[in-house]
Amino acid sequence: MKNHVWRPLYVALAIVLLILTARLFLVPKDFGVWERGYMYSWHRKGNEADWRAVKVKYKTTVYCKECHAREFNAINNSPHANIMCENCHGPALGHPEDPPTLTIDRHRDLCARCHALLPYKAGGRADIRGIRIDEHHPEAECVLCHWPHNPRQKGGA
Amino acid sequence: MISRRNFCKKTMLLVGGMALPLTAFELFDPNKLLADKTDTAPVRWVFLVDTKKCVGCGFCVKACKTENETPYDANVTRTWVERYVVTRDGRTHIDSPKGARDGFTTARVDIGEGRFEEIKGEDVDKAFFVPKLCNQCDNPPCVQVCPVGATYQAADGVVLVDRKWCIGCGYCVMGCPYGVRFFHPVYHVAEKCNFCYHRITKGMKTACVDACAFGARRIGNIKDPDDPVTRIIMTERVNVLKEEYGTKPQVFYIGLSKEVK
Repeated sequence: MKNHVWRPLYVALAIVLLILTARLFLVPKDFGVWERGYMYSWHRKGNEADWRAVKVKYKTTVYCKECHAREFNAINNSPHANIMCENCHGPALGHPEDPPTLTIDRHRDLCARCHALLPYKAGGRADIRGIRIDEHHPEAECVLCHWPHNPRQKGGA
Repeated sequence: MISRRNFCKKTMLLVGGMALPLTAFELFDPNKLLADKTDTAPVRWVFLVDTKKCVGCGFCVKACKTENETPYDANVTRTWVERYVVTRDGRTHIDSPKGARDGFTTARVDIGEGRFEEIKGEDVDKAFFVPKLCNQCDNPPCVQVCPVGATYQAADGVVLVDRKWCIGCGYCVMGCPYGVRFFHPVYHVAEKCNFCYHRITKGMKTACVDACAFGARRIGNIKDPDDPVTRIIMTERVNVLKEEYGTKPQVFYIGLSKEVK
C-alpha cells in the first residue's frame, strides 16, 4: 500500500502509545480488580486504608467512665442507663486535651426527642412518659427540676 | 472487484468474530474460580434494625452527622429516620424532617415545602418509626454503574466511595433504589453510609448504634455463627427493603409493615 495510507495510521498509533504511557503514570499502582471481582471491586486499594484512618469522634461511655465514674454509676442505675454520655455532652473527640471542656446540651428540645408526647397508642414511644412540651413549664429548662443522670431524683444540674 | 466467494467468506468471518463474547478471550484463572466459589473473607458486616424499639428520638442521625462530618445544617444525611402514621381513613402519612436530626417532637406531619398537616390522636390507627441507612447490598447497583471505579465493595461487604477518584457524575445517586446516596456539600463527590468503616474496623460499633438508647440498631458479622445479630437474622422473622430489586440488601428489619417503602 502507498505511503499516504500508512501515515495517518502512524499518527493514530502514536496517540494510542501516548495515552498508554500517560495511563502508566496517572493510574495508581494499587488500582485494579480486588476481592469481589471486576463487577464490584474495581478500585484503588489504598482508599480502604483512607477510610479506616478517619478520626473517631464519639468515644462511647467506656471512655467517659475512666474519669467520670461517679456520673457513670449514677446514670447506670437509673432509667436513663442506656443513654450514651455523648448524646448530651457532645462528642468527646480528644477530651480532655482537645477540647478541655465539652458542650452540654441543656435545651428542652433534647429531652423532647423522647419525652414529647405523641398520640401513638403502641410502640416504644407510647411506653415513655411524655409531656406536652408547650404546656409543661414551657419557660424553663427541664434540668432545673429534673436531674438527667437520674430522673427519679429531683434537683438542678 | 471482490468475488462472490471471497465476499461470503469474509462476511462469515466477520459475523463469527462479532459473535465471540469478550469473555472468550479472558484467560482461565483457577484461583479466581476458587475465590468465587469459596468466599473466604472472615467478616461480612450486616445491620439489624428493630423498628418496634425505635422511638424516633433521632440521636442516631445527630451522632452520624457529627461522626462522619456531614454538614450539620445541610439537608443531607447518611442515615435518617422515617415516621409512618396510618390514619383511620386509610391514608399513610410519611415524613422525616431534616432526616429526623432533631427527632420527632410534634404530632403534625411535615408534608414538604414548609407545610404541615395536623393529625389528631384519635385518627391514628398506627404509627411507627423506621430508621434507614445504606443496605451495603451484596449486588450493589451503585457500584455497577460507576464508570471510573470510584465506588466499590470491600472484602467485608461494605460499599465505599473513593473521594479522590469520584468524578461526581451522579450515576450512583440515581442507581440506588434506596436513595441513600447524595452529594457531599463540601467535597462535591458521592457520599453514603459506610457503617462507620473507621469504627467497625477498630472493633467499635457504628456511631448510630452507640447513640441508640433503645437497642433499635445493631451491627454484626453474618459470618460468625455466634454473633447475636447473626443468630437473630438466622432464627427470627426478619425482612429486607425492596427485595424484588435483586440487590440482596444486608440491612435486616424486624417489624416491617407494608406501608414501608
